[in-house]
Amino acid sequence: MNVKNFRIDTLYGILIVILLLPFMNSNINFRHVMVIFLIFAGLGEAWNIITGFAGQTSFGHAAFFGIGAYTSTILFYKFGISPWIGMLAGAVLATVISVIVSYPCFRLKGHYFAIATLAVAEIIKQLFISWDYVEGATGISIPIVEESVTSMQFHSSKIPYFLIAYVLFLITTMTARYIENNKMGFYLKAIRESHEAAEALGIDTTRYKLYAMMVSAALTATFGTLYAQYILYIDPFMVFTLEVSMKIVLLSVLGGLGNIYGPIIGAAILIPLSEYTRVYLGGTGKGIDLMIFGALIIFVACFEPNGILGLLKKKRSRRRGDVYARADA
Amino acid sequence: MFMQEPMLEVQNVTMKFGSLIANEDVSFSVHKGEIVSLIGPNGAGKTTLFNCITGFYRPYAGRIYFQGRDITGRPPHEITAMGLTRTFQIVKPLKEMTVKENVLTGAFLRASSRKEAEKIAEEVLEMTSLSGKKDMPAGSLTIADKKRLEIARALATGPKMVMLDEAMAGLNQTEIKEAMELCLNLKNRGITLLIVEHIMEAIMPISDRVVVLNAGKKIADASPEEVTSNEEVIKAYLGERYHAKSKKSEHGV
Ligand SMILES: Nc1ncnc2c1ncn2[C@@H]1O[C@H](COP(=O)(O)OP(=O)(O)OP(=O)(O)O)[C@@H](O)[C@H]1O
Ligand SMILES: [Mg+2]
Repeated sequence: MNVKNFRIDTLYGILIVILLLPFMNSNINFRHVMVIFLIFAGLGEAWNIITGFAGQTSFGHAAFFGIGAYTSTILFYKFGISPWIGMLAGAVLATVISVIVSYPCFRLKGHYFAIATLAVAEIIKQLFISWDYVEGATGISIPIVEESVTSMQFHSSKIPYFLIAYVLFLITTMTARYIENNKMGFYLKAIRESHEAAEALGIDTTRYKLYAMMVSAALTATFGTLYAQYILYIDPFMVFTLEVSMKIVLLSVLGGLGNIYGPIIGAAILIPLSEYTRVYLGGTGKGIDLMIFGALIIFVACFEPNGILGLLKKKRSRRRGDVYARADA
Repeated sequence: MFMQEPMLEVQNVTMKFGSLIANEDVSFSVHKGEIVSLIGPNGAGKTTLFNCITGFYRPYAGRIYFQGRDITGRPPHEITAMGLTRTFQIVKPLKEMTVKENVLTGAFLRASSRKEAEKIAEEVLEMTSLSGKKDMPAGSLTIADKKRLEIARALATGPKMVMLDEAMAGLNQTEIKEAMELCLNLKNRGITLLIVEHIMEAIMPISDRVVVLNAGKKIADASPEEVTSNEEVIKAYLGERYHAKSKKSEHGV
């Protein structure tokens, strides 16, 4: 009981600190970093549902991110439809595509599934590069309109973007937490641990993997829409790129897989690193963030394959060790 | 006395791996409330038959009925949902989850809420003497406790019939006694059991009937007394074993 309360308090504490940060520091770069941090922490949370909980490694989440970005952008650019509706439409479309794509891929086990997701995401990217209706490789500059909530465009301050990112991040994290504490979370983790044991426990493994993928894809797409509205320009190399997929993977792995705190910790390290090297080193610094990050991952993986959270947990369970010994006797 | 429809009916099941015939035209049935043991030498095809019955393999030929419904080739989760579940000879603990979480996962099949699942899990943990270890990660259990966890998880799904594949292998004398009591306890609760086991001292006293497989074929299907005096069974399997008492259980399998 106490442990549970403690955990809930920790999460709420983190959420409150995140919410207050940009109001305590009005530096524009800092606020920018906070927006990107929330987007990627949220992406990590969404990815964690299918990969951390269900154990199905996706290297192709940029596909859903890109679909979210393109759907709202096309709807606004061609038909003047509000990005909020575009965000919903993007989430629905990403869900549908996730089912079509992952159903056949789920027959593949382990690494083959991971490789298939990567291949599918690359195919979708190539499709968008050569698709004239969506301006192909040129990309789309989102027409600038007066700032308003309906247009999801804000030119005078980053705070509204921050708040939208915060709400999306909150929805995603709470969804992940709800899943983790209920039947679906147990089922997904059972599938991760052993397909056969899961089936013997009455779990329709294909169906639950699909559910996890659908939720993950829908949530991922909403961040795509926000990202497009924030940058006000998209092209296939920006949103469908392997770099986006890999950032999501890396930050979640560094923080700790299969736990809602993992992506928050990972994003809190990677995103400032990325964004500040970009700000201070400009074009010459491109890639340095990922190099530093890669080194960090190797370092953590050597000592603790469960990420930074694994390190923390190990410390705690070592203290609990004697309790186990007594239970054994 | 009227003939009740069997709980489980295996009809002429044949299973092949390439040219190897692991099960050949095997037929038998298990009635409600019975404890039936399935015995036979290593490689006789017992586990393969379990896999065919529970949907992990699709048999090459033959049909399987559970409570009168044809379940041949149905996916395992559907068969578990109907009330027939099994344990694995090679244990499959959900390693990163605690003992209680393992059992909870099974309990969610019949529970409509987390609270109800927790209640089922507590009961099952108590019944299988795992309560004291419920917060340990399943991966860190001893082999004997992992075997117990296999049973606990299966029971949590609220089965009508459970199939145990060498659930007593690796247990010491006291633990085997406990396992035998657990089986009888389950029988009293109306759960039908099909048990694969090499420890004759453990299963002969509790079995209502014994089915013997040898090289994929059924060679006997009778009461424990009849089976232990059956010439063919002694020649194929029991001869070397039944008298080699406690040795077996110390070695485990
Ligand atoms: N997946 C498989 N692929 C190929 N051959 C298999 C497979 N599973 C089992 N076999 C073979 O089928 C035969 C029966 O094996 P099975 O595991 O069913 O025996 P068993 O009666 O359970 O033996 P044990 O008492 O050692 O557990 C053996 O010859 C085995 O090598
Ligand atoms: Mg076997």
